[in-house]
Amino acid sequence: MTIAQAKAPLKRKLPAPRKVSFTPTVTVYLALLALLVVGSILVGLKGGVLLDQGGILNILTRSTVLGLVAIGQTMVIVTGSLDLSVAYLIGLCSLVAAETMAGSESMMIPGVLLALGVAAAVGLVNGLVITVLKANAFIATLGVALILRGYLEDNYTGPAGSVPRVFQHLGFDRVGPVPIASMLMVLIAAAAWWYLRRTRTGYHMYAVGGDIDVARLSGVRTGKTIVLAHVLCAVAAGLAGVFLASRLGSGAPYVGTDAGYDLESIAAVVLGGAALAGGRGGVVGTLGGVLILSTLDTVFDDLAVDPFFKDVVRGIVLILAVALYARRRLSGRSA
Amino acid sequence: MSALTTWRPRLAEGTAPVLVVLVALLIGLALAGPAYADPSGYLALLKRAAPLMILAIGQYFVIVSGGFDLSVGSLVTAEVVIAARLIDGQDSATGWVIPLLLGVGVLIGLVNGLITTRLLVPSFIVTLGMLLVLDGAVFLWTGGAPRGALSPSFRVFGRGGVDVPVLGLVPWSVVILLVVLVTAVLFMRGGIGRTLVAVGDNEDAVRLAGGKVEHLKILAFVLSGLLAALAAILLGGFAGVSAQVGQGLEFRAITAVVLGGVLLGGGRGSVVAAAAGALSLEALFSLLNLLGVSGALESAVQGVIIIAAVAYASLGSGLRHRLFPRKPNLEPAPR
Repeated sequence: MTIAQAKAPLKRKLPAPRKVSFTPTVTVYLALLALLVVGSILVGLKGGVLLDQGGILNILTRSTVLGLVAIGQTMVIVTGSLDLSVAYLIGLCSLVAAETMAGSESMMIPGVLLALGVAAAVGLVNGLVITVLKANAFIATLGVALILRGYLEDNYTGPAGSVPRVFQHLGFDRVGPVPIASMLMVLIAAAAWWYLRRTRTGYHMYAVGGDIDVARLSGVRTGKTIVLAHVLCAVAAGLAGVFLASRLGSGAPYVGTDAGYDLESIAAVVLGGAALAGGRGGVVGTLGGVLILSTLDTVFDDLAVDPFFKDVVRGIVLILAVALYARRRLSGRSA
Repeated sequence: MSALTTWRPRLAEGTAPVLVVLVALLIGLALAGPAYADPSGYLALLKRAAPLMILAIGQYFVIVSGGFDLSVGSLVTAEVVIAARLIDGQDSATGWVIPLLLGVGVLIGLVNGLITTRLLVPSFIVTLGMLLVLDGAVFLWTGGAPRGALSPSFRVFGRGGVDVPVLGLVPWSVVILLVVLVTAVLFMRGGIGRTLVAVGDNEDAVRLAGGKVEHLKILAFVLSGLLAALAAILLGGFAGVSAQVGQGLEFRAITAVVLGGVLLGGGRGSVVAAAAGALSLEALFSLLNLLGVSGALESAVQGVIIIAAVAYASLGSGLRHRLFPRKPNLEPAPR
């Protein structure tokens, strides 16, 4: 009953925007394509090549961490929530993994599992604060982020722990130009796509994000759904932390915040066509958003653009992209 | 008695709890530190808190009308860096730089507001993009580290004071704060202020009633930008020039506003409560400092407090509704 109700509007909705023009997902990939072409030309004019093996590797490596975080962020944003705690959580998980391993190969699996367990616990706290204490998601996850930050600042001054050499294969090995970690990220993205689009609880996330009262009245356990989304998001951030530990060889408390993964991941999801209010968006679009951001970075690096100029462009791209969607939605409504 | 009853409703809903918290903190300060035995200690506290309180008042306008302003922290940094570069230690430049700074604040607020209302981009994304742009632009312009210096006459606003009988030396920042606060209170009691709150509560209703929703929202962002510029002038004088001066201030200001019981999403809360929230936050940090709690744990405490405050506010109102039901309750019912 509930599935049928949730499914029907989704299926009926799909053809409608196509009639007007492209869906956001298609737009993102067209933009990505345009960016690759323009980027290649610009880099070519400077005497370099954007899409050689090194360039592809660069783009994919940059995409892996942001991709993992953004996949998780997609789930909470689709549910109509938000997670600002992922950046500190990434640092925390990299430390938990590296300190548990402490250089010994036998502790690799316990280290990863413990890091993911810690992540899941933080996600659970996020979800429960939002659903049980009824705190606004923005404040709840900001509060949890501040608590994590206090813990990290109080206990760590720099990198700690170390991962065994074998574990670093995860961070550095590749097949051709494609890093193994990127393949794992794509696998996780596929799993997340399947989960959101093909399972009952995945549909519930869209339903809750679309209209929480309607979802509740149709029998969706809204609280459970929100908590689940936050746990999954945190676990994805935990995976990003584990991957970073493998690349850095140790845990680093501020590896997540230095890269601004909290706001950056939200930006990627929104670039991918998700609505911040919830109910719209998806993993495929998010990956497009992630690829755009990392391609921009790589192009700027190849052009030796001032790193601070990157931020300026990133901000403008973000605003313009969202403005484009908003216009489209408006014209779709009036048409 | 009758004076009390006519005065009481003027204390807007939600102001009382934060005032209770503030008084408790001030009593705690008086007990914990000998510095708070006479007015000068409290004046010093007010002087420290003034920039954050002014920022919180600005943020209040945006939040109560239903938006976010994440750009104020980087705007503060930008203003201080611009001031240092333009003044370059010359006293004669102060006169025209201060109006210029206020103008830049207004301009940034105007851009934020115009993009939010005309391009229909959620204010979260607009101001996040503005944060990136400002951060990048400042560093691009200065080449990584702030250059120049502030003039003594510029720093007077953050550092100096005016002699007042009984109280002693009253810092200029406290005087400016009081002027801002009184103006803000009078503004919010007027027609425009009331309509601004109504916009946060129900935009469509205001529009149907003939209110200029877009103009009001733009006004809120402009006021936020203007007050951020003012806070930057005080902070520049108080703390000097650095590229970190505004870091994290946007979240701190939002925390302060929420601590004052202002509802995220708009429509409820008073400007006095927002300012009191900021003062409470600063008093709390002073108290923790006196009690010897490490600075690193400051953010953890801040995290716990904002979660607790928001949870108290929403659970408190939930409880009220359950005891005195007025309308059908759409809050999630306990299962």
